[in-house]
Amino acid sequence: MRADLYHRLVVAALVALLAVPVLATLAYSLAGNWGATILPDSFSVRWYLQLWHDPRFLSAFGHSLLISVATLLLSTLVIVPAVFVVFYRFPALDRTMNLLILLPFAVPPVVSSVGLLQLYADGPLPLVGTPWILIGCYFTIALPFMYRTLADSLRGMNLHDLMDAAHLLGASTPRAFLLVVAPNLRTGLMASLFLSFSFLLGEFVFANILVGTRYETLQVYLYSVRMTSGHFTSAIVMSYFVFTLVLTWFATRLGKQESQA
Amino acid sequence: MLNALTPAAAAAAGRPRRPFRHWRSALLLVPFCVLLALFCLAPLGWVVLHSVQGDDGPGFGHFREILASPFYRLAFINSLYISLWSSGCGLLIALIGAASLRRVPGRLRNAVVAFTNMTSNLAGVPLAFAFVIVIGTNGALTLLLRQWGWIDDFHLYSKGGLCLIYTYFQIPLGVLLLYPAFDALDDDWQQASALLGARLWQYWWHVALPVIAPAIFGTFILLFANAMGAYASAYALTTGNFNLITVRIASLVSGDIFLEPDLAAALSVLLTLLLVLVCTVNQMLLKRSYRAR
Repeated sequence: MRADLYHRLVVAALVALLAVPVLATLAYSLAGNWGATILPDSFSVRWYLQLWHDPRFLSAFGHSLLISVATLLLSTLVIVPAVFVVFYRFPALDRTMNLLILLPFAVPPVVSSVGLLQLYADGPLPLVGTPWILIGCYFTIALPFMYRTLADSLRGMNLHDLMDAAHLLGASTPRAFLLVVAPNLRTGLMASLFLSFSFLLGEFVFANILVGTRYETLQVYLYSVRMTSGHFTSAIVMSYFVFTLVLTWFATRLGKQESQA
Repeated sequence: MLNALTPAAAAAAGRPRRPFRHWRSALLLVPFCVLLALFCLAPLGWVVLHSVQGDDGPGFGHFREILASPFYRLAFINSLYISLWSSGCGLLIALIGAASLRRVPGRLRNAVVAFTNMTSNLAGVPLAFAFVIVIGTNGALTLLLRQWGWIDDFHLYSKGGLCLIYTYFQIPLGVLLLYPAFDALDDDWQQASALLGARLWQYWWHVALPVIAPAIFGTFILLFANAMGAYASAYALTTGNFNLITVRIASLVSGDIFLEPDLAAALSVLLTLLLVLVCTVNQMLLKRSYRAR
């Protein structure tokens, strides 16, 4: 019984520790005025009203959503067929792929942006300063998560038996893939998409170094308003946090469905 | 480079007699390889090539310049210092937390894991702002502690402050990485060791820790690499005024004063080599520990 209490206390302490910055930001964003006192004087939602009427915030948020959705669409179209081909036709490539997808994960974004900035500043592909370069970079961010999840799903099903059965029933390979394999990948794919979505919304390094204010994303906007009211920035942080909260909630729910299936 | 890669890949995987049997399937890999090459391999290649590019032909001039400069050495030392401390502290807290997390009822455990997952999203610029609110100069906690007389002043914008903020983002990551490793522990072992007269710490020291040691080590390496490469939090907190290796690299390619992309490339190579070295050592240790069992 004493041990039980100890474990509960430790877990409670862990949760409290992790919750402090979140709760403080929430309180600060709802405080009407909070000067040099420990607790706020009054509460109001005016910071949120001000934020959600700020055209610059709305456009930055829109940019972030647009880039993230475009990236995830591109990643799905490119990665799903690639993983399938690797598993169905070239299983020996899986090892190489696992190494390749670790690269964007292992190399810090600051390092790759050094090369990106020089390669695509001008020349045949002048991408720096445009949202296109972010879509490319974000593809590499989403890649490890999506590849791993899809590879796990494919490993878990009898891919060759399924394809053989579909072939026997007269389906072509693309048709068999779309009608038999793809539905089995859906849950895992959605979970990894939601997870990647929340990562991409929080991405700052590429966005700041490669594009900056030329196509302002949420994080760059957040950084640029750091000197204005702390209540206002707190309202941005909380809005962003709640948004990613919903995304991760979807991701974990889908993940659970996946493990139950 | 790409065109060479795909048929070669197909050849490696196909049957020896008909190496190009699946060439149409291999075509599906082309967009994947193009994107990866354009946005990951090519920039990395540029960095490696230009790090050995001196003013007059190839050479290791930039590396010599970096190693001779106290400024850049300090950047490395600061990065190492903050990464080691934050990974160590984060790991310790995550370890204690994950050990207890396994002992609480399932519903509570799932809720806490979900919560930890969510807080792992609080990183980078938003995290820096949240910390300013809590322990900034006029932060709620700073005021509280000052009122109680526990501290005179706390400088969030210093080495200690950065260690604190880094530790915060390491904890959820550490819990999520370590928590599954505890499944390797059999509950009977604790009872068996208790029957043999072992105290709780003896059980942990002689039985549990050696079993999960590879996971602990692997987690530490991941946290360390994560901290070494981190940039957004430190940049947002100190507007790039704190001398970290990532801040130096970024300011050499996108700063306002002088741009020296080749020098940034050399710094990047040093940072990447350091990370590769750490990961290799980890792999070697892991292999040894598995053989020992």
